[in-house]
Amino acid sequence: MSTIEVSSVKKAYGDLQAVDGISFTVNEGEVFSVLGPNGAGKTTTIEILEGLRERDSGDVKVLGFDPWKNGYELHKKIGVMPQGFRFFEYPTPREAIKYYADLFGVKVDVDGILRKVILEDSANTYFTKLSGGQKQKVGLALSLVNDPELVFLDEPTTGLDPQARRAVWDIIRNLKKEGRCVLLTTHYLEEAEELADRVAIMNKGKIITLGTPQEIIAKYSSGERLLVRGNQTLVDYLRENTKLEVRFDGNGLITILVQQKHDVLIALASIEQSGLEWTDLRTQRDSLEDIFVRLVGEPIEERAEVA
Amino acid sequence: MNFKRLAADLSIFGRGYIRSRIGVFFALIFPVILILLFGAIFSGGNSGPITVYIQNQDGSNQISNAFITALNSTSTIRLIPVDSSQNFSQYLLSHSSSDGVVIPGEFSSDFVSGRTVNVTVYGNPASTSSAIVSGITRGVVSAFNLKRAGGSPIVGVHQLSIKSQSYKYVDFLVPGLIGFSILTSPMFALVNISSQYKRDNIFKQLSLTPLTKTEWLAAKVLWYVVLTGISFLLMVLVGVFAFGAQITLSLGITPFLIIGPLLFVSLGMLVGTVSKSVESAAVVGNLVTFPMMFLSGTFFPVSTMPTYLQTIAHVLPLFYVIDGLNNVMIYGNYGQALLDLAVLLVLSVVVFSMAARFFKWRED
Repeated sequence: MSTIEVSSVKKAYGDLQAVDGISFTVNEGEVFSVLGPNGAGKTTTIEILEGLRERDSGDVKVLGFDPWKNGYELHKKIGVMPQGFRFFEYPTPREAIKYYADLFGVKVDVDGILRKVILEDSANTYFTKLSGGQKQKVGLALSLVNDPELVFLDEPTTGLDPQARRAVWDIIRNLKKEGRCVLLTTHYLEEAEELADRVAIMNKGKIITLGTPQEIIAKYSSGERLLVRGNQTLVDYLRENTKLEVRFDGNGLITILVQQKHDVLIALASIEQSGLEWTDLRTQRDSLEDIFVRLVGEPIEERAEVA
Repeated sequence: MNFKRLAADLSIFGRGYIRSRIGVFFALIFPVILILLFGAIFSGGNSGPITVYIQNQDGSNQISNAFITALNSTSTIRLIPVDSSQNFSQYLLSHSSSDGVVIPGEFSSDFVSGRTVNVTVYGNPASTSSAIVSGITRGVVSAFNLKRAGGSPIVGVHQLSIKSQSYKYVDFLVPGLIGFSILTSPMFALVNISSQYKRDNIFKQLSLTPLTKTEWLAAKVLWYVVLTGISFLLMVLVGVFAFGAQITLSLGITPFLIIGPLLFVSLGMLVGTVSKSVESAAVVGNLVTFPMMFLSGTFFPVSTMPTYLQTIAHVLPLFYVIDGLNNVMIYGNYGQALLDLAVLLVLSVVVFSMAARFFKWRED
């Protein structure tokens, strides 16, 4: 059984079609990432899956439950860290975890959870006094209190410094190791590439592509490139003596498209034969980010979204 | 309704409330400051006699002296003689007083010969003390007229004292300020909390736990009932021991201390949830709270207010809390208190169900 099954789900706010007929499945134990620019419909999608919003049409099953109709049952089995997590001002992280444990009626190892999210040092500081990153970690800690099978993380690392971000990545890797399924939205493509088993890229309410990061890169990439620094004469030489596609930025950077492995050898041999000056040889391929920009037509932005 | 969850929510809310300090100040300390302040200002107000300046232009003779003695015999006023050479109205103004009596120069001779003569009473029509001075003077004048006509009184006055006339201001201040605290602490807090939690998605967050809306609301009501109980004890202690308030403590007070917080927690919740933003919630909250704070008999008994304000008071929910407390604690009028309680019950059911309806854990 798939952990999440979504088919043809739609949701509109007035005239705005926030989610426009999306379908996908998330498998057991998988880290699944939803990417998209602001207003793509990511948070609306996630909130429909969590049972916080009612869909207009389509079918949704999360752990076998209809999230809107059976939300109360579902919530005992999922953990949620919402975007820009906020909480009461005065409990300490320790008290907040205890509070959630009481609400869920479970016994928890409070110190264990604090350790897991690397919050031991601030265990007894009032929430309002914590830094942005520590507040996020409290959200993460609370999402784990009920030992969930499925964890929703809506932009868990937005606003964190690189070190804290890597710490959260480790936490997410551990969640996967423990066999939990994670649904992750993020603004950082590097994060999705690093953590996700599969990625769905959303734009304007639709999923425009879905697959493993490697599959997506392979599908949309313009291929491997050989980069070398040289002058116009070298560019002309290569264009005259090989059938390779050669681009020149007019400023010393030559890009040679590599269609097959053999092309690399041809290019290198040809450069050597020319007897001209060259330096700084390297290869490059498209990152998920390059593909994203190409597909969505705009770079991903680091702003909190409204819907 | 799960009591373990309710207790968990009550505990985290209560701890936060105490830690933030501001709530504790407004709920417990502020009303005590108010009772000390108002109690001190008004407790000395009606103790001394009214000062009345008197100018006798008739010189020192038996009849005018008898008139002055008669005026002096009432303990209500204290006479201060003014020399007949003084300009009397100037004299009153320069002594910041408006109450005075002038006996004219021909008083004795006119009295003896039976000619009409007028004693002049100075007073400020807006002041209650002037009315008292005028009344006392008229009483003495009547006695003189009767004497001159050689008659004896037919109709007399037999005066009895009943308890209701010995009420002091502080007696009303204690239930009034208990009402003040029943209104303000839950109202301001809930208006703020509900709009803020909505903005910060905290309600959404809580909806993902097994905690229910009703449990959350019940924990808030319970907290404010406890707080009201403590505030009640403080007010009674200060009222009785600092100002000698005469109030009756009975079980009949309890329903008001429970249903009052229930009503205003719900009302605050309602205002907070229907408002679009934290700022507009604060404005609407003040619009609802302030008229009630002043017009429901908190600082002054409603019966001392002009009729049109009394009419307004009767549509304010807090009026029925304070009126009920007055009926139980001061008058011992349980029938009227039951009526107040009935009004409060109906109001609470209406407001609570509206709050529960508009208050949403999640969106659709």
